[in-house]
Amino acid sequence: MKNNAEAYWKANVSLIVKLLIIWFVVPFLGGIVFVDTLNQISLGGYPLGFWIAQQGSIYMFVVLIFYYAKKMSDLDDQFSNGGE
Amino acid sequence: MELQTLTYIVVGLTFATYIGIAIWARAGSTKEFYVAGGGVHPIANGMATGADWMSAASFISMAGLIGFSYQGYGGSVFLLGWTGGYVLLAMCLAPYLRKFGKFTVPEFIGDRYYSNTAKVVAVICLILASVTYVIGQMKGIGVAFSRFLETSYEAGLTAGMVIVFIYAVLGGMKGITYTQIAQYVVLIFAYTIPAIFISLELTGNPIPQLGLGSTLVSDGTYVLDKLNQVVTELGFAEYTTSTRGSTLNMFVYTMSLMIGTAGLPHVIIRFFTVPSVKDARKSAGWALVFIAILYTTAPAVAGMARLNLMSTIEPTPGNYLAYDERPQWFKNWETTGLLKYEDKNDDGLVQYSADKATNEMVKIDNDILVLANPEIARLPNWVIALVAAGGLAAALSTAAGLLLAISSAISHDLLKGIIRPDISEKAELNASRIAMGFTVLLAGYLGFNPPDFAAGTVALAFGLAASSIFPAIMLGIFYKRMNTAGAVAGMLSGIGVTLFYVFQHKGIMFVQSTSFLGDLDPNWFLGIEPNAFGAVGAVVNFVVAFAVCKITAEPPKHVQDLVDFIRAPHGAGDATSH
Repeated sequence: MKNNAEAYWKANVSLIVKLLIIWFVVPFLGGIVFVDTLNQISLGGYPLGFWIAQQGSIYMFVVLIFYYAKKMSDLDDQFSNGGE
Repeated sequence: MELQTLTYIVVGLTFATYIGIAIWARAGSTKEFYVAGGGVHPIANGMATGADWMSAASFISMAGLIGFSYQGYGGSVFLLGWTGGYVLLAMCLAPYLRKFGKFTVPEFIGDRYYSNTAKVVAVICLILASVTYVIGQMKGIGVAFSRFLETSYEAGLTAGMVIVFIYAVLGGMKGITYTQIAQYVVLIFAYTIPAIFISLELTGNPIPQLGLGSTLVSDGTYVLDKLNQVVTELGFAEYTTSTRGSTLNMFVYTMSLMIGTAGLPHVIIRFFTVPSVKDARKSAGWALVFIAILYTTAPAVAGMARLNLMSTIEPTPGNYLAYDERPQWFKNWETTGLLKYEDKNDDGLVQYSADKATNEMVKIDNDILVLANPEIARLPNWVIALVAAGGLAAALSTAAGLLLAISSAISHDLLKGIIRPDISEKAELNASRIAMGFTVLLAGYLGFNPPDFAAGTVALAFGLAASSIFPAIMLGIFYKRMNTAGAVAGMLSGIGVTLFYVFQHKGIMFVQSTSFLGDLDPNWFLGIEPNAFGAVGAVVNFVVAFAVCKITAEPPKHVQDLVDFIRAPHGAGDATSH
């Protein structure tokens, strides 16, 4: 039982770490640190870096949360150890 | 119909709806009172969170800040910072706090760190952050009411204080979640409808998010290219590339707002209202969907409003608007004192430029942009009335949520939890109302002398939450070894560093004359502005917490078991008191 709980927590933490890396790279590197470089590319009338900072990252955040919720839901079932 | 009458009707109708819902859904028990009975659907909760979250700062102030004082790209700090925090919330806090199943944030800190001292410190941090946040709301409410009642900012603020007081103390506490759903609907329509109109008018594309990346109907150039051209001609920085301070400042500012979002108690407690841990995760996603609708529209509003304003004042290069022929909205906003013109060269024309010596638009308060936007674009009166109602909905829903968080910290955590555990339920509720009253007065008083624009003031609140509450909760969940001494030392040093930095530049309790270092660039540490300092405070918090924790004893067995309990998703009971 204890090992089960530990494995579940490990899987959770490793999922969080992966997703938080994406959460960090896209807005902070794409939208801030390397914004000038990315602005050389345009997306319609938007410079790409500007678009990432004012539009793209926000859409990505939504996707990240739902992806996490879905994955955790699967993990919950997989590690189902009593309860509900 | 005349604008003033129409505005009264629309605002009156929406207020009647909120009050009707509040009475219909009023709480019958303390559990309903604090966590809405714990049975709110995740989508409904997401919508309520959206209204709770999107305050006067988001609705009234943000687009103006992006378009004007943060000069376009620099405003990204708000767009990123106030959305990215939900990712942290969904992964690092909400599910576990829902599993823990109590009413308030200080309760979690008190139990996890098995100490009343930790609890009291959490209450103090919570109050500091929330009160600063309420001041920001008051500024927004003052602006909205001054325009709506056509009076000065001070009179508008006074009217706003009275209404917030009545709303929160008498009606707003009950059924707050359901009222907020209605408020969300009002505010999102009020925000997007004018944006759709304006986008359609300028670019022919009805979706503002796409409109900002499209070409202008008038001359076929891209909106953003045109904007860059117009602003640089007047000597302002280029719209799509001008940063807010250094790249480091933008980075730290964004991080502060993100961590602060995840540490603000009035947002965290929203996730105690859903039925299960699974729902808590999903609900954070839904909340962000509803928030993103406004946040992805805001950059379009900012850019297009700036373009419209520029072309009203200077229709073609070198051809200025005559002051005597100024449009009605110009006069209306002059009444409030938030827009000021000074004819420096006595030619009766309005010259707007980045050069302070010749600029005649001596004051354009950022906070008027969204409210004035439909008037500038000459949209129908009902749209303008709707925007007024939306601004008030945004300010009221957040003010109510904050007042609930502050008063529950005082009445539930301090009074019932520590000072007088035997207090009756009725006395607890009364104490909470008195606490609310004082908070409104204090916030109103500081609102007369606000330290910054609404969104700027709010940014300070995020810094305080980021540097104290977020690290303490996160360590409590993810680091089993964390103990009382570490958490308390971390919170105190984190918020202490942040407060010290803010006060030294902005004045003690924001009274400007008491600042001992001017609020100027050269005095800033590594060029980081006070609004952005929360992330540095959070790092200090983490470092101090770890250091102190290492040299003190590990937490007792029952606390470590508690951590195991909140980590496992199954068997979540209802949220309970004790």
